[in-house]
Amino acid sequence: MAAHLKKRVYEEFTKVVQQQHEDLSTKKLRLTKPSKSAALHVDLCKATSPADALQYLLQFARKPVEVESVEGVVRILLEHYYKENDASVRLKIASLLGLLSKTAGFSPDCIMDDAINTLQNEKSHQVLAQLLDTLLVIGTKLPENPSVRMRLVEVACKHLTDSSHGVRNKCLQLIGCLGPVEKGVAKEAESQAAKDVQKIIGDHFNDQDPRVRTAAIKAMLQLHERGLKLQQAIYNQACKLLADDYEQVRSAAVQLIWVLSQLYPESIVPIPSSNEEIRLVDDAFGKICHMVSDGSWVVRVQAAKLLGSMQQVSSHFLEQTLDKKLMSDLRRKRTAHERAKELYSSGEFSSGRKWGDDAPKEEIDTGAVNLIESGACGAFVHGLEDEMYEVRIAAVEALCMLAQSSPSFAEKCLDFLVDMFNDEIEEVRLQSIHTMRKISHNITLREDQLDTVLAVLEDSSRDIREALHELLCCTNVSTKEGIHLALVELLKNLTKYPTDRESIWKCLKFLGSRHPTLVLPLVPELLSTHPFFDTPEPDMDDPAYIAVLVLIFNAAKSCPTMPALFSDHTFRHYAYLRDSLSHLVPPLRLPGRKLVSSPVSPSITPHEDPSQQFLHQSLERVYNLQHLDPQGIQELLEFTIRDLQRLGELQSELAGMADFTATYLQCQLLLIKALQEKLWNVAAPLYLKQNALASAAAKQILEETYKMEFMYSGVESRQVVIIHHMRLQAKALQLIVTARTTRGTEPLFGMCEKFLQEVDSFQRCFISELPHMQGSFVDKLLDLMPRLVTSKPSEVVKILQTTLRQSTFLHLPLPEQLHRATANIIEPTGESDNPLRFTSGLVVALDVDATLEHVQDPQGTVKVQVLYPDGQAQLIHPKPADFRNPGPGRHRLITQVYLSHTAWTEPCQIEVRLLLAYNSNRSKASARIPKSTWNESLEALPPSENGIEGTIPFSKPVKVYIMPKPARR
Amino acid sequence: FPAFSLCAGAGQDVGRSCILVSIAGKNVMLDCGMHMGYNDDRRFPDFSYITQNGRLTDFLDCVIISHFHLDHCGALPYFSEMVGYDGPIYMTHPTKAICPILLEDYRKITVDKKGETNFFTSQMIKDCMKKVVAVHLHQTVQVDEELEIKAYYAGHVLGAAMFQIKVGCESVVYTGDYNMTPDRHLGAAWIDKCRPDLLISESTYATTIRDSKRCRERDFLKKVHETVERGGKVLIPVFALGRAQELCILLETFWERMNLKAPIYFSTGLTEKANHYYKLFITWTNQKIRKTFVQRNMFEFKHIKAFDRAFADNPGPMVVFATPGMLHAGQSLQIFRKWAGNEKNMVIMPGYCVQGTVGHKILSGQRKLEMEGRQILEVKMQVEYMSFSAHADAKGIMQLIRQAEPRNVLLVHGEAKKMEFLKQKIEQEFHVSCYMPANGETTTIFTNPSIPVDISLGLLKREAAIGPVPDAKKPKLMHGTLLMKDNSFRLVSPEQALKELGLAEHQLRFTCRVHIQDPRKEHETVLRVYNHLKGVLKDYSVQHLPDGSITVESILIQATAHSEDQGTKVLLVSWTYQDEELGSYLTSLLKKGLPQSTS
Repeated sequence: MAAHLKKRVYEEFTKVVQQQHEDLSTKKLRLTKPSKSAALHVDLCKATSPADALQYLLQFARKPVEVESVEGVVRILLEHYYKENDASVRLKIASLLGLLSKTAGFSPDCIMDDAINTLQNEKSHQVLAQLLDTLLVIGTKLPENPSVRMRLVEVACKHLTDSSHGVRNKCLQLIGCLGPVEKGVAKEAESQAAKDVQKIIGDHFNDQDPRVRTAAIKAMLQLHERGLKLQQAIYNQACKLLADDYEQVRSAAVQLIWVLSQLYPESIVPIPSSNEEIRLVDDAFGKICHMVSDGSWVVRVQAAKLLGSMQQVSSHFLEQTLDKKLMSDLRRKRTAHERAKELYSSGEFSSGRKWGDDAPKEEIDTGAVNLIESGACGAFVHGLEDEMYEVRIAAVEALCMLAQSSPSFAEKCLDFLVDMFNDEIEEVRLQSIHTMRKISHNITLREDQLDTVLAVLEDSSRDIREALHELLCCTNVSTKEGIHLALVELLKNLTKYPTDRESIWKCLKFLGSRHPTLVLPLVPELLSTHPFFDTPEPDMDDPAYIAVLVLIFNAAKSCPTMPALFSDHTFRHYAYLRDSLSHLVPPLRLPGRKLVSSPVSPSITPHEDPSQQFLHQSLERVYNLQHLDPQGIQELLEFTIRDLQRLGELQSELAGMADFTATYLQCQLLLIKALQEKLWNVAAPLYLKQNALASAAAKQILEETYKMEFMYSGVESRQVVIIHHMRLQAKALQLIVTARTTRGTEPLFGMCEKFLQEVDSFQRCFISELPHMQGSFVDKLLDLMPRLVTSKPSEVVKILQTTLRQSTFLHLPLPEQLHRATANIIEPTGESDNPLRFTSGLVVALDVDATLEHVQDPQGTVKVQVLYPDGQAQLIHPKPADFRNPGPGRHRLITQVYLSHTAWTEPCQIEVRLLLAYNSNRSKASARIPKSTWNESLEALPPSENGIEGTIPFSKPVKVYIMPKPARR
Repeated sequence: FPAFSLCAGAGQDVGRSCILVSIAGKNVMLDCGMHMGYNDDRRFPDFSYITQNGRLTDFLDCVIISHFHLDHCGALPYFSEMVGYDGPIYMTHPTKAICPILLEDYRKITVDKKGETNFFTSQMIKDCMKKVVAVHLHQTVQVDEELEIKAYYAGHVLGAAMFQIKVGCESVVYTGDYNMTPDRHLGAAWIDKCRPDLLISESTYATTIRDSKRCRERDFLKKVHETVERGGKVLIPVFALGRAQELCILLETFWERMNLKAPIYFSTGLTEKANHYYKLFITWTNQKIRKTFVQRNMFEFKHIKAFDRAFADNPGPMVVFATPGMLHAGQSLQIFRKWAGNEKNMVIMPGYCVQGTVGHKILSGQRKLEMEGRQILEVKMQVEYMSFSAHADAKGIMQLIRQAEPRNVLLVHGEAKKMEFLKQKIEQEFHVSCYMPANGETTTIFTNPSIPVDISLGLLKREAAIGPVPDAKKPKLMHGTLLMKDNSFRLVSPEQALKELGLAEHQLRFTCRVHIQDPRKEHETVLRVYNHLKGVLKDYSVQHLPDGSITVESILIQATAHSEDQGTKVLLVSWTYQDEELGSYLTSLLKKGLPQSTS
């Protein structure tokens, strides 16, 4: 009982310390610091049993320790360490030492000697391992101290003979991380340690414990990563390790071999059991290929992945990977691929109807057949057929990388890639389609291959179909039959899945513009024109007809003879489509219809420079406005903003830039306007109305600054400063307005303090940028800071007002690339008149499909907002998996939104839109929003005109007609 | 310690697998198959090979069945109930579930249809299954104290397994039938680096290297799809289990992917029951099915429905799987006759057809078939052949050998001529000996077993402390006494051995005389010898004792003058048995004489 009470007392004692911590504010923390180490000391001394001590240590580890007190704490811990008999407590102390030396700002060289000393008498292997780990931490904290590192490495070498695998593991890790890398140091070290790090590690490649072997290889890789050139002699050792019994060893060995093959690609190695010699990279390639049929799938994945990055390998080795000599009853057999090719080249169309079609032909010399080749034979054939889809994906990726660098290989691997389009796992199919797209510039599809590719168009997965459309966009087709086939299949796809309309049109656009000469002979057939008879005019709204026209018009762009084949209505349709689908139909030079093609568009590219110049000129103009009268300033700003907005509409490449600057000028304009209000001269209560105007301006500036900061990709820190500065001004304005309108100083006091804090944090965040901001608002403010801190709120407001008026307009430097985040909701289209009916209280799923452009980290920031007619708003976080990434800077959101509401008497429209969430606390570059659980938070937020606090609406709202019916009883 | 292997069936032959292995005194029978080609006594293995007199139960320690195909388990009821065997029979869970269905079906055909007598009965099948012990994958089953077996995944069909049989440190791996490439419903065979003394492998495709399965699948799907789009009907004759399920999954997923609406039918009967088991044993299937079964069990077909005879006359496209696979009888033949006249239709033969069957005829290009009743059937429908086989090809067999690293390989279940080729390849590539016994032939393989010996910790520590740091990869010399007592081996220290055996210790001492030509006085000679030894043996303690003798560790050296010739000194070297090594070294050293320079 007494013991129990005693324990309770101690527990309470520690609790007290903890509470002190929580209650104290950040500033006062400093006072408790000495007591912290002291408290630990007291705790440890009072601990009656090892278990108690362990408990104290565990509790202690949960709290952070300040930099200044680290050393003291370490001393106490060490002192206790020597006294402690229990291994587990020592282990904990050792791990704490490591943790403490990680503390930022603490230089651990002062405790290194002690840490090394503790190693001397330690008996427990686990504690030893932990201590070595601590030394590793210390060593990594002292990168510029070679002598310390040398010492640590020596210590590690000494313990390499330990009988426990854990200790040896740690030693190797330490040597790998801290071993000398530069040649000079290494030589110097040889005199000291008389040893070569590589040799020491290499000796442990044959250790009895697989974990140590793995650690040795990893350490070697670590050395390589740190810049040490590994010796070629290791290669043979590493090759032996490929036959190891343990998968982690083999996996690491594969990596090591890869590294060596990249280091010494051209050196020559002998082939065992023969006199021949080959390049090392070829040998390594063969060995890694061999590992693609390893027993463990982890190794297989590793091997398949690495194959992709071995581009120096000679081509005949590379091509062997796709070769698997078939035989049947010892007779050579042709692969299905070879047969298909032959069939194609012979022009025959009957496929193997007979049983004996694939009958084996010539006899094989039994001696020549090598069943398990040492070479690269058939590695990819195996990899692509593997049981685990991870391996298959890795193999496809590797194929992609190799094919990108070797056109002849790309041609060869085509058959295999096409085969992968039929894989059972969608991910693999998708990956292989993407791969094909990436290598498409190297290849031309044969008709039979195209046939197989097009068969996938019927896939029910939207992703697959769209990937395939993308692929077709950049494929080379060899014959006009191929084009026809592709068109027919795409139209079939269109009838089966009408939602693919846009994507199919786009695909045909590229198909047409890439193969004008192949399309030309098809035109009469496609348009079903007849030399003598007039044919009926097709329906203009038929998507299939539009698809055909898109193909033809795009081909006609670079084929001037084509328009001669068009009939009258085709020209009319052209004019219509050119207007309605201008992004798909190019301007054509039609005979006698010169006016139709707009004069601007054909020469878009050469205009680029002048328009950029214009942008800069208009900005220059604005920066000189300092000297104009107020009226002039306003007008100039207004005109410039108008110009910029128009420019953005005309020039899509400059849209981001123009919008960005326009927004900035808009902010400035608002600020100027607000400051020129007359209310500042009159007593506050009389000017409530104008007052509203000023506060609205402040509010709008705030919003715009958030937009500027978070909606544009490519914003650099220079711009961020300016944006923050503008925000600060807006806040100052807000403060002044409130000061004018509210009576009493109580609320003002808090506001002032908050504002000053913000100024302070601004200064801290952008200290490096301050010199560029001469004469700005914040510059002046910082000069006045000492006065501000001490003065009363009313005075503060006065000072602010004058500074705000006097401050100059800051130049906005433009970054290289600036893109505005945009979103376009494709689905729902908002055109439907049929309400979506569902029973009230239950949910209905609404498919949302949107394209996002230039959104960074869409998974974290893009939200869907649903606004109900009753003003209720619902915010939905889409799942990360709902975002696809079809190209750089582009994202696709395909998700389902669940709607629910109580019963309505008649159908009504709800609004769906996308929001970009931001967190004003984070700086642009660093943190993202703390992850909240997706789709779960159904927050009822107050509706507001311009979105929700912390989010920016960035898509046009789409209206959806819904009708919750009352439940039937 | 030889391990025997006797092939009672399925030596150089396909069908009727039955192998007897004697390993370190234990007898294990692997598979108990029947031959489909015979209808007489030859269809079952000749069990009299095993033991001429005496009961099988006494002779055999266990029976292992690799999978449910009849050529691997067909003779089991005959063997256990009619010949008489009461010991344990091991098979995997799916095999145990499906095996009796097939046996019962087989029995029905032979007894009820062909009217044979003297065949096993339904009750016998049930009794036989009661003797079966089911095992899990990678579960080590202790048959008795010494014999243990372990199952590995083999692909091929649902529940197919490879078995490792281990007695002491000797082991045999029997593969049964296996497949090294995964298919639509099963994964690939896998084994760890167990380094057995003997690997018994099937070799059906010993001389074949197959094309990638993707081409075959794609061809198959394309043909079916085209025909269905044309409005034709597709007939796929299959056997009820194995490939049928693979093709079903293939078509099912294709239909799902492509959103096709044409109906797929499967002839009822056996298959429904079997599909039920496929649903249950999804842990035995491939990665895709295992990973997606939570959403949907792949064997719960959405598009595949049970077939009714009346459906064959329905208009419009359809795909029908019908049994049996060679079109020689039954439902598949009926449907074939109905559809053969229309060129829009198609029949796809997914497997091999025996000569004489309708399947074989149409595959070899015959267009007019004579049916029973002198009817002539004109075949206008398209005939396609697709090979879907689930045996490992030559490369696969080599891959398995590489994975398991056996010391010897024994090929069974294949044709002699083909096996010869593979045998040669195996010996050439892996440098292991390879055997291919004929039916009834016995192969004896000699192994080099390592014998475990117990050693007391004290002795181990004491011996390990002597000499350089132990290196695990190098053998180390230890001194001790080997005690063989009660069938166990122990290494103990000599003192303890003496104590245990109740013997007194005898000291064995070697003495040796070495003659040295040295005219000087005795003590001077001794001094020279002393200096010499001191110079050579730096690591040992060499002492010059006051009585004129030298000790090197515990070895005593004394010098006396030769009685006849004063110029010759006789060195007496004496050492105990324990110091034999050092002692003999010393003598040889002294025999070389003393270096002259020291004089």
